[in-house]
Amino acid sequence: MDTYYNPKDLNKFAEMNEGAPVLWEKFNAWYTEVFKEGALSEREKALIALAVAHAVQCPYCIDAYTQASLEKGADLEQMTEAVHVASAIRGGASLVHGVQMRNVNQKLTM
Amino acid sequence: MESRHKSMKAFGEDLALPEVQLQIINRNNGFPSFEEKYLEVGEGELRTGKIEIMQINLGKMCNQVCKHCHVDAGPDRKEIMTKETMQLCLDALASSDIQTVDLTGGAPELNPDFKWFVTEIKKLDKHIIVRSNLTILVTNGFEDYPEFLAKNKVEIVSSLPYYKASFTDRQRGNGVFAKSIKAMQILNELGYGKEDTGLIFNLVYNPVGAFLPPGQECLEKDYKRELAKNFGLVFNNLYTITNMPISRYLDYLLASGNYEDYMTKLVNAFNPAAAANVMCKYTLSVSWEGNLYDCDFNQMLELPVSEGAPRHIKDFNQAQLEGRKIIAGQHCFGCTAGAGSSCGGELT
Repeated sequence: MDTYYNPKDLNKFAEMNEGAPVLWEKFNAWYTEVFKEGALSEREKALIALAVAHAVQCPYCIDAYTQASLEKGADLEQMTEAVHVASAIRGGASLVHGVQMRNVNQKLTM
Repeated sequence: MESRHKSMKAFGEDLALPEVQLQIINRNNGFPSFEEKYLEVGEGELRTGKIEIMQINLGKMCNQVCKHCHVDAGPDRKEIMTKETMQLCLDALASSDIQTVDLTGGAPELNPDFKWFVTEIKKLDKHIIVRSNLTILVTNGFEDYPEFLAKNKVEIVSSLPYYKASFTDRQRGNGVFAKSIKAMQILNELGYGKEDTGLIFNLVYNPVGAFLPPGQECLEKDYKRELAKNFGLVFNNLYTITNMPISRYLDYLLASGNYEDYMTKLVNAFNPAAAANVMCKYTLSVSWEGNLYDCDFNQMLELPVSEGAPRHIKDFNQAQLEGRKIIAGQHCFGCTAGAGSSCGGELT
C-alpha cells in the first residue's frame, strides 16, 4: 500500500458487506432513504453532504458528493458556497471556544 | 479546456473520423456489449417499431462550435442538404403516415432552403420541430426567423445547458448565454412558451462535463424559477439529455482523462426500463445527403440502417423500414443510462 487513500477504493465500499452483511444492509437501506427527495430536494441534500464531507475531511465523500451535486444540478458556485458553510462552522467552532478561554482567563487572572 | 473556433475536421484531427471513434468506443475494455446488455429488456434484439418521427439533418454548418457537439459542427462545415434531397424527403413524408418532422443540424436555419422546406412540410400537415441553438435567431440576417417559425407553429427545442452564464458559456462559447436570453425574450414576446398560444418552446439541459444529467422534473423547476426570476422568461418543458461518448465529447473525455470512468458510469447505470423506450425504435434519421440511419448519433458514426432496408431517402419505403434491426454499439449506453436519454429527454 503506497497511500492510505486510493480513488479506486471508493468502488470497493460495498465490500464492507463482507463480515457484517446485516449491518451493511441496514446501513444501505437507511442511507438510500436519507438521500431521497423529501422536505429537502436531492440537490440540497447532496450539497449538505458535500459540506459535511469537507467538515469531516473525507476524500472519498468529497469525490462522491462533488459528482452527486453536479448530477443533481448544482454548479461550482453553489458547491463553493456549501464548502464555505462547512468552513465557517469549523472556523466558528474554534473561535466560539475562545469564550471558554476567556472564562478560564477571567478566573485565573486579576 | 479552451474554446473551439473550428471543427475537429477542419484541424484534420484523427478523432474527426468515424472509424477512429468507433475503434475507441467499441474496443474490448471489459464492458459487456450493448447488444448483450439490451437482452435484459426481455424483448429480444433491438428492433424498430412504427416510425413516428423523421429526424432530418439539414447540414453540419453551425454558427457555434460547442465543446460537446456530436456532429462536430461549426462555421467551417460545408455539408448542407440540397433542395433536391429536401424534395425527396417531402415525397417520402407525403407517402407515409409519419406525423412529426424533427429538423436538426448544425444550425438547421443556416440551410439556404430552410424556409421553403418548412413551408412545404407544413403543407403536408405534419408537426414540425426545429432544434434551434437560439443564437442564430439573433444573428444578422436571421432576425425574421422567430416570426417565421411562429407563423408556421413550429415547435422549438433549444439547448441551454444551465440557467446561468457560467456553465452555458463554458460549453457553448463566450457570450452564448446572453445571446440565448435575448433570443428567448423575442420568442416569449411572440407567444412561445406561453399557455394557450400553441407555440411550444422546450429547453434542453446536457451536462457540462463528465457526469450524468439530473432528474428532469426537479431541474425543470429550478430552470423555471431562475429564468423567470432573473429574466422574466418562460418555456414549456425541460429535457435532460446525456452526452454521447462520440465526436467532440469523446475528444473531451479522452483529453480530460475521464473516458474510462464515464463509460463505466454509463454501463453501470444501464436501465432496462429506459432501454425499452429508446428513440431509435420510432425515429428515422436522414442525413444531409439523404442517407438513412437509426439515429443522429449513428449518422455521425456513419453506421447506416441495417442491410436489406432502404438506405437512401429516394428509396423510402415505410413498411420495409419498420421492424428492422437497429445497429447498436457501445455509444448506445448513452441513451439507456439512469432515467434514459433521447431528443425528447428522459425515457422513464
